[in-house]
Amino acid sequence: MNSIKIMPKGALRTWIERLQSRDFKVVGPKALHGQFVFEEIVDPQELVIDYPMSAMPPKKYLLPPREVLFSFNTRTMEMEAEITAEPTVIIGVHTCDMHAINLLDTVQSTGFADQHYRARRDATYLVSIECLKPCNAQCFCKDMETFSVPEDHDLHFTDLGDVYSIHIGSEKGEELLRGSTNVWTPTEADLKRLNEVMAAKWPEFEFRLECDLHELPEVLGATQHSPLWDELGEICLSCGACTQVCPTCYCFDVTDEVDLTLENGQRVRTWDSCQLEKFALVAGNHNFRSGVAARQRHRFTRKVKYQYEAFGTMGCVGCGRCGTACHVDITCIKTYNRLYEEYQAKTAEPVAADRANGHREANGAVTAAVVTKETVSEGTK
Amino acid sequence: MTTLLKETLGHESIYMPTPARIVKMETMTPYEKLFRIELPSGFSLDHRPGQFVELSVLGVGEAPISICSSPSRSNGQFELCVRAVGKLTNAVHQLESGAKIGIRGPFGRSFPIERFYGRDMLFVAGGLGLAPLRSLIDQVIDERGMFGRVIILYGARTPDDILFPEDLAIWDEAKDIELHITVDYPNDRWVGNVGRITSLFDKIEYEGRNMVASIVGPPIMYRFVLSELLAHGLHEGNIWMSFERQMKCAVGKCGHCQMHHLYTCQEGPIFSYPEVKHLEEAFS
Repeated sequence: MNSIKIMPKGALRTWIERLQSRDFKVVGPKALHGQFVFEEIVDPQELVIDYPMSAMPPKKYLLPPREVLFSFNTRTMEMEAEITAEPTVIIGVHTCDMHAINLLDTVQSTGFADQHYRARRDATYLVSIECLKPCNAQCFCKDMETFSVPEDHDLHFTDLGDVYSIHIGSEKGEELLRGSTNVWTPTEADLKRLNEVMAAKWPEFEFRLECDLHELPEVLGATQHSPLWDELGEICLSCGACTQVCPTCYCFDVTDEVDLTLENGQRVRTWDSCQLEKFALVAGNHNFRSGVAARQRHRFTRKVKYQYEAFGTMGCVGCGRCGTACHVDITCIKTYNRLYEEYQAKTAEPVAADRANGHREANGAVTAAVVTKETVSEGTK
Repeated sequence: MTTLLKETLGHESIYMPTPARIVKMETMTPYEKLFRIELPSGFSLDHRPGQFVELSVLGVGEAPISICSSPSRSNGQFELCVRAVGKLTNAVHQLESGAKIGIRGPFGRSFPIERFYGRDMLFVAGGLGLAPLRSLIDQVIDERGMFGRVIILYGARTPDDILFPEDLAIWDEAKDIELHITVDYPNDRWVGNVGRITSLFDKIEYEGRNMVASIVGPPIMYRFVLSELLAHGLHEGNIWMSFERQMKCAVGKCGHCQMHHLYTCQEGPIFSYPEVKHLEEAFS
């Protein structure tokens, strides 16, 4: 599957209406209170496809904040699984969020597959869009190698001015375009324009991490006792906002809800957060991650070390939402850079120490050399 | 015969339990009750010692509980020793024989009993830790010829907290089992040992080289027992422990049981010492 189509911008509206008439629920970014949120698109005019970072990722359509797992009758012990999935097209997904969904796909299908997620995912069609500029100062998708669409995608849009180029990545993607009349095979000029737009994109993005993505697992491994964790522990409010907005967080809590007769009920899962104090609490009131510092360390280490080692994919996609949502300005960029600095200082220590010893032993010679150099340069003046 | 895990996985949702029945319950201490549970006919639990199940009371919730009966004595039924400490466990204590509950599992990695063949077996149980160890101890007893010495050290808080008195009596009488019990706080009737579990190590003479130690108890116990065993020449890889974590899903998703990179419900709850010795969150 590797074909490109062109759609004039004016045809986007009719295409969305067409999808709606084919009984797809269409979801996309809408403006709300000065931010952008993924919501159902009722009128195609609501869609703001050219948007910076959305407050929340589109994750909620795959893993809802509250989800009924099964309903039951407490008397008869009858149970019925609740697997709900409606054909949904999510339009305007940024590439970082595409990578995040890729990770969720892997996690939810590895070992014990989660049927609730799988059913919803199978019914979801992803229409991603090429980001031509960084969203804001917090995102670092270039560092995390997520500023291009992953291979596994359905349709990928690139804004070429008056038209979109559409990369078809899957049969599901093809299905979405089926029957669209206002879509054509690209001309030479279209392809030239696509290349120009892409060539102009790369310089817009800068590296914001001091280290390479592939160094992060080792950096985090080597800085588990960094004083930074205590510093973060001092200021972190344990509010869990960082995990609420994270596109790759999937931890959850499970509770039972019963009606007033105490006979019929539902087992429900809700988003949970490793940043909340009681997350690691066990029977007997023992909490094996009771400190705020330990919880912050767990979050960052899990993202760029544990998940990378378990799945071969980073748990952080560089979207920057956690840093944006944090009330006390704990950000990925600052955290990783600070840890890298400490890591470098640590790994450089033996070398620096050797050099210092060398200097001490050969002190006279070094001084002599400096003098000589100075003498020489003075001489040349 | 279908195994319960196959049944669980066959459900439309992996989070949906299979209905089972409490066929017998016994009050062991003011806080602990022993439940004998029967699966629907045609199902076997097919567990290995050290594994756990998710126990449900519909309308209340679900909690992970270690299986305390041995696979060698299962017979379509199995036992759970439940301490009333939380919402679910308190609700289970209110149930009566014949009540329906939900079961998912068995989950987790077990004690690698085949690797213990030919070894001297040391069991160190603190409090409720005797429950998961009992499933291993009884299996070892049922295959007694496969092992060397069998030494059981058990520490309870008070004489009233002592669990499985009938099993302890049987083990005490058996000539090929060395059983030592201690309590932290004695009462007037208590004539046995008093002191922490580590004080029992003075009662036994043992050679560490050929010994496998299986330890289950409260977090604080591990540190002291480990230093005793290591000082006695046990190989790190021959020390096995069970870790109690709040597994809300038991299928490696919910995140609650994670100790650093390890999901206790998947890679554990049984770990060898080298697997966890560098993990702060295992012993914090």
